[in-house]
Amino acid sequence: MQSLISTSPIFAPNRRSFESYASPTALPSSPTPFSLRFCGLRREVLRLSQLKHRVIGTTSKKTRFNVSSASPDGNGSPPTTFDYDLVIIGAGVGGHGAALHAVEKGLKTAIIEGDVIGGTCVNRGCVPSKALLAVSGRMRELQDEHHMKALGLQVSGAGYNRQAVADHASNLASKIRNNLINSLKALGVDILTGFGSILGPQKVKYGLDNLITAKDIIIATGSVPFVPKGIEVDGKTVVTSDHALKLEFVPEWIAIVGSGYIGLEFSDVYTALGSEVTFIEALDQLMPGFDPEIGKLAQRVLINPRKIDYHTGVFATKITPAKDGKPVIIELTDAKTKEPKETLEVDAALIATGRAPFTKGLGLENINVETQRGFVPVDERMRVMDAKGNTVPHLYCIGDANGKLMLAHAASAQGISVVEQLTGKDHVLNHLSVPAACFTHPEISMVGLTEPQAKEKAKKEKFKISVAKTSFKANTKALAENEGEGLAKLIYRPDTGEILGVHILGMHAADLIHEASNAIALGTRVQDIKFAVHAHPTLSEVLDELFKSAHVNVDEHKPVAV
Amino acid sequence: MSSSLLQPRAPPSLSSSSSISGTKPQWRFTSLPAVTFTRRARNSTVNAKIREIFMPALSSTMTEGKIVSWIKSEGDVLSKGESVVVVESDKADMDVETFYDGILAAIVVPEGESAPVGAPIGLLAETEAEIEEARAKAASSGGSSPPTTAADAPVAAPPPSAPVAAPPTPAAAPVVADGPRKIVLTPYAKKLAKQHKVDISKVVGTGPFGRITPADVEAAAGITPVKSKPPPVTAPAVTAAAAPAKSAPTFAEIPGATVVPFTTMQAAVSKNMIESLSVPTFRVGYPVMTDALDALYAKVKSKGVTMTALLAKAAAMALAQHPVVNASCKDGKSFTYNSSINIAVAVAINGGLITPVLQDADKLDLYLLSEKWKELVEKARSKQLQPHEYNSGTFTLSNLGMFGVDRFDAILPPGQGAIMAVGASKPTPVADKDGYFSVKNQMLVNVTADHRIVYGADLAAFLKTFAKIVQEPDSLTM
Repeated sequence: MQSLISTSPIFAPNRRSFESYASPTALPSSPTPFSLRFCGLRREVLRLSQLKHRVIGTTSKKTRFNVSSASPDGNGSPPTTFDYDLVIIGAGVGGHGAALHAVEKGLKTAIIEGDVIGGTCVNRGCVPSKALLAVSGRMRELQDEHHMKALGLQVSGAGYNRQAVADHASNLASKIRNNLINSLKALGVDILTGFGSILGPQKVKYGLDNLITAKDIIIATGSVPFVPKGIEVDGKTVVTSDHALKLEFVPEWIAIVGSGYIGLEFSDVYTALGSEVTFIEALDQLMPGFDPEIGKLAQRVLINPRKIDYHTGVFATKITPAKDGKPVIIELTDAKTKEPKETLEVDAALIATGRAPFTKGLGLENINVETQRGFVPVDERMRVMDAKGNTVPHLYCIGDANGKLMLAHAASAQGISVVEQLTGKDHVLNHLSVPAACFTHPEISMVGLTEPQAKEKAKKEKFKISVAKTSFKANTKALAENEGEGLAKLIYRPDTGEILGVHILGMHAADLIHEASNAIALGTRVQDIKFAVHAHPTLSEVLDELFKSAHVNVDEHKPVAV
Repeated sequence: MSSSLLQPRAPPSLSSSSSISGTKPQWRFTSLPAVTFTRRARNSTVNAKIREIFMPALSSTMTEGKIVSWIKSEGDVLSKGESVVVVESDKADMDVETFYDGILAAIVVPEGESAPVGAPIGLLAETEAEIEEARAKAASSGGSSPPTTAADAPVAAPPPSAPVAAPPTPAAAPVVADGPRKIVLTPYAKKLAKQHKVDISKVVGTGPFGRITPADVEAAAGITPVKSKPPPVTAPAVTAAAAPAKSAPTFAEIPGATVVPFTTMQAAVSKNMIESLSVPTFRVGYPVMTDALDALYAKVKSKGVTMTALLAKAAAMALAQHPVVNASCKDGKSFTYNSSINIAVAVAINGGLITPVLQDADKLDLYLLSEKWKELVEKARSKQLQPHEYNSGTFTLSNLGMFGVDRFDAILPPGQGAIMAVGASKPTPVADKDGYFSVKNQMLVNVTADHRIVYGADLAAFLKTFAKIVQEPDSLTM
């Protein structure tokens, strides 16, 4: 059964285009979905060897479903032959990344989706929010007379059309979604529609009563916005990011519950569009996830000069949507004493308190797996753990559903790691090398440990850490753009040169972080990377200077003349 | 875990740091040029030795600063160059040091609070004896009164605010309900209130649900909003209850009013008018008999001479004798004597105002001047005037006499020393030196001049000359 990999004639034209893509004589006009890059996705370059492999299997596509070896009464005992090598439940970014890699590795793959292809990232997350943030960045620039004047520009009366901005976001989402679907189809991944659930070992049900078997299964069902108790979401005046991204209305005053990166990005959008913002944060400091120094600078740059105020150390225990001529009412409670504090009256509230795993109805009870606060427990290889703490064979969980690192590109990386293991290569993803970014203006990005985390680790493991910093103020390109506001910070071990963490706040910080995350992923040390050359004048020189300003006490690597 | 309920479930690498509060990072750029405490030159002699410590401007964009910590406390002896206070600007935390020896007598702005740039944050006494006096001063200047120690305040201090004399407040201000009123401020209104030290309990909110908007605070502080928010082009699609009603920025909106944006010309006029406010002007009026001029005009009219040309020529001739009135003050420090006498004449053209310039009006003869004037008016109507034909004036003439206006007051255009406003010539009974009454044609002229360079006597002398030329106009035709 495993060899029943079909190549129906439909795929022939596409294959030709893969080939031309891979060949140096490719026509520039040949349309290929693979040259596009999605949120957190790798570009898929199909190899010729793999095409060869695919040509070997020659069974018609139709027979595939008929040749199901699973029988309904056989639940509990694993089948011996399988419809697929790999079935992925959930076609978000994680599932997509895993599917592409699985095809590259020659696995016969299907992906089950009960909603829209693309998941949160493409439809209700990273992608549409970037469209709104692109608008807010430009609005911000056009409204900053001081900035414009300094560049010698005169602009008057920047305005916007709300519906057109909203359309930009939804158009982007549908474009990226179509690219995603096309890339899956072109690679020969079967897209099965319906909610997927696990019936037993290596058995999956999707839709009403479609049954398939798979050698291995990956759960990639993602997450949904988390709404704390007491908050009534009406989708109009009290909303989650799902609604807010549609930008159906721009309130004059909006309260944002939670000052993590979702809240922060929305504050950037709303203030640029003319709203005033009130943050409600349960912890004592805003932006608690960031390195404290970056957080303080971010507050100075992104909060204080804007029309934003905040309440920290409070819970929003009750939020009532606007109705009967009354505004949105938010009751605040002190996070420590649990005493009621204040009541806010605003035009709208955005709940950005994080995301909850979407794992209900997955049939995990059928294989004795208990979720923890909804998250599917996994080990470091993303293998699902059952209630007794043993790994469940052939079952993996990636992305937001396992809660390890709730980022689109982390899900994709976890999926690739799983496929590597399935195809005979042990692989453990180093989560400390996964970068994260907040697309405010200016942007914030980070990889590895924060300074307090590094200090703690250093104390435990008895080594010393050092911190190096550089400012965007000294960078030619940043100054040319009149965007000298920013800081890059490196936390490293002075005895070995190991990079522990890098944090950047400044123009294009999200793009700049990858030099550092790649260095961490590949184990490159400060004393080596400081010899890498950066084009002048570019923002990347901020990192160049950062590495050069670090002092490592080992014999420095001597570059060899070539 | 419940304590992080409202916390975004950030990825572990992000959120796990949330409970760890690291040592507060601080940037202390002590190597930067030290900030001097500006000494406030007081006009009174009482507190000559008490210096105010100002909130320094640590960056070009800083408008207010927050006191992170006072390194010194009240009563500490300070010596020149010592760090006294750590100030947080919009950019960074910085140590601020003193350039004077003395005793820190009083802390006006405590730690954690903010003050606008230039506002006093502490008082420095020179001797112990003055500490009490300084404290008394601090106590009186503290409280909620804005730092309006007017004339000698540094430039950066907010303008002296007359809290009540605001621009016209909305006519129908909502009536304050009896009993305790819940005050709701928007975030920006809160910031503005703090910045301008507005007592919000006295502000009546005009926003939705009676909330206090930034415009309300600005009105209470007597400031006109710097810029209005970007106009969202489309109305909110969701007609939720919260769909906000637009609040008028400062002026009451009269229903049905239409807003017509300025044309380029009107915008230029507006800009010039605002600029003119920075020039100290004064006005001198003078009656001029015009019987002789009228007679001359009747004679030369047929030759194409206009009254405007006659008046311009007369003014130019008078200016030739009083060059200071033809001068201008460009920098506030010097006279700029213009080498030629160029008379700009204000002309109303549809929807605007322009001042074509009769160059070298003193040198050209009346007929040439009249021809030139016709040409300029033609060009002005067809918007063909070249810049040098409307911006090279050294003196301006504005005549509303043809409308029957008997006298008026002109605004001095920036860059010129004086402008003459000419009223209508009307038969007026006048008494001569022997006490005999007669009826003569009299016209009132009123000159507005820049008092930095043109003084009263200068203007009076110029007007006397001008009147003499008009009353004995034969020289005009020569």
